[in-house]
Amino acid sequence: MARPVQRPKLSLLERSYLPAIFGGLLITIRHFKDMLFGKTRVTMEYPEHTWNDDLPDWYRGAPTLVKDEHGRERCVACQLCEFICPPRAITIKPGELSKDSKWAKVEKFPEKFEIDMARCIYCGLCQEVCPEQAIFLRKDYSITGETRESLVHDKKKLYELGGVMTGLVHKWDEKK
Amino acid sequence: MLSFDIFLQPEIFLLWTSFLKTAVIVGVVLTMVAYSVWAERKVSAFIQDRVGPNRVGWAGLLQPLVDGVKLVLKENFVPSGVNKFFFSLAPALAFVPALLVLAVLPFGSSLFGVPMVIANLNTGILWVFAVSSLGVYGIVLAGWSSNSKYPFLGGIRSSSQMISYEIALGLSVIPIFLITGTLNLGEIVQYQTLHGWMVFPMGMSGFNLQRLLLWIPMLISFLVFLIAMFAETNRLPFDLPEAEQELVGGYHTEYSSMRFAMFFLGEYAAMIAGAGVIVTLFLGGWSLPFVPDGGQGWLWGVVNIATFFAKVAAIIFFFLWIRWTLPRFRFDQLMKLGWYVFFEVALANIFLTAGILLYFRS
Repeated sequence: MARPVQRPKLSLLERSYLPAIFGGLLITIRHFKDMLFGKTRVTMEYPEHTWNDDLPDWYRGAPTLVKDEHGRERCVACQLCEFICPPRAITIKPGELSKDSKWAKVEKFPEKFEIDMARCIYCGLCQEVCPEQAIFLRKDYSITGETRESLVHDKKKLYELGGVMTGLVHKWDEKK
Repeated sequence: MLSFDIFLQPEIFLLWTSFLKTAVIVGVVLTMVAYSVWAERKVSAFIQDRVGPNRVGWAGLLQPLVDGVKLVLKENFVPSGVNKFFFSLAPALAFVPALLVLAVLPFGSSLFGVPMVIANLNTGILWVFAVSSLGVYGIVLAGWSSNSKYPFLGGIRSSSQMISYEIALGLSVIPIFLITGTLNLGEIVQYQTLHGWMVFPMGMSGFNLQRLLLWIPMLISFLVFLIAMFAETNRLPFDLPEAEQELVGGYHTEYSSMRFAMFFLGEYAAMIAGAGVIVTLFLGGWSLPFVPDGGQGWLWGVVNIATFFAKVAAIIFFFLWIRWTLPRFRFDQLMKLGWYVFFEVALANIFLTAGILLYFRS
């Protein structure tokens, strides 16, 4: 049902808009003055001041590969992340671990692991899908480069960004 | 040895001083244009609690320079289907009239005996109106030749806007000519140095009941002229032709690079020229109470010039302040305002002024 709205009856002065205009001018000049004398400070000027130290633990930055405290690379080249990646940013070339390796029973390792950061959408699905706790989104967010090629993170770069992660499940360790 | 006497012959002297004044004033105004763009960005930022340009130079003061370089380096794109001749002509037509207005503005008293006005025309203010309304042609031609819907709407709006405010603009200054009895802008300023500024007649010699009564029509004139000037220079709340939100930039939608920059420069040059006209007509031009003119020494001449530009800067700040306070008028609201309110007010104001003058003459 339509509800009739009672329009307020404006006086002649109000209908000339002049008091409203004057009031508006006062508001804007107050903001101008406060800003001019440094009373208002709402902008954080980016390169000088950042949130870097206060980023939450669940922050989704660039995806990286991690090693554990044994120095083992955790990725077993199952390629689940490659398949789930919505923009298809991940490319993995699996390789076979040699028989005399300490971790020979893991059998596979990524010979090549590349993440194209020009395609990555930082969704975190790779981290969620990983059964090995090998890929994590860390806190690097300023990924820049001068060519498209330089934005493709190879294995070396990914481990460099990822570093060592402790407190993970060690399912490949020998049973005690 | 080359004799320099030839430079002191009256005609030659007039010629080279005029050239010098033109060069200096165009240089000063173009610098002011660049820095009013900077001021626009800075003032708007401050009013909205933002920071504004602050990277290039101290407080972003070199920003206009790099903006200029950017615009020059951009591709000068001409869309297919435009009328190429008028498309190229329009930016110049929008830019030149704004600079031509400066020719008659007395921007100072005199310096070393040279009057600080480029052309001391007896029909000064008529020249201002004749030339400044030509700026609309640039906008209309740009809108039409772009062969695109939004610029076209911008052009139409500009022409309809022009017929609504031009009459009020012209009528609102007639009381000044009734009082001063001259159209010459220099003489109007001289009158104000003797009798007080048009909108502030106090504190000067010769204050009496007549001046007090004339103050009322002068304030009305000032208000009408100021508002009409907002429309003339396409400033908010009357920037209908380029309404960013509705018309995607209006008449200059299809323009890029230096052609776009010409519109931009033209708009701000028109703003400075408009502020100069307001200052000259109503705010005493280069005069300041108890400050002698350039006849008393070149230092005072410089002070007068500085006074004029300081007043212009103050008016420009007011323009910016208004822009970031008020929303845009609607098409029909502007026409209604122009035809129903300002036209009548300005007309009645003329009779009011004439009546006061007639009463005190008898």
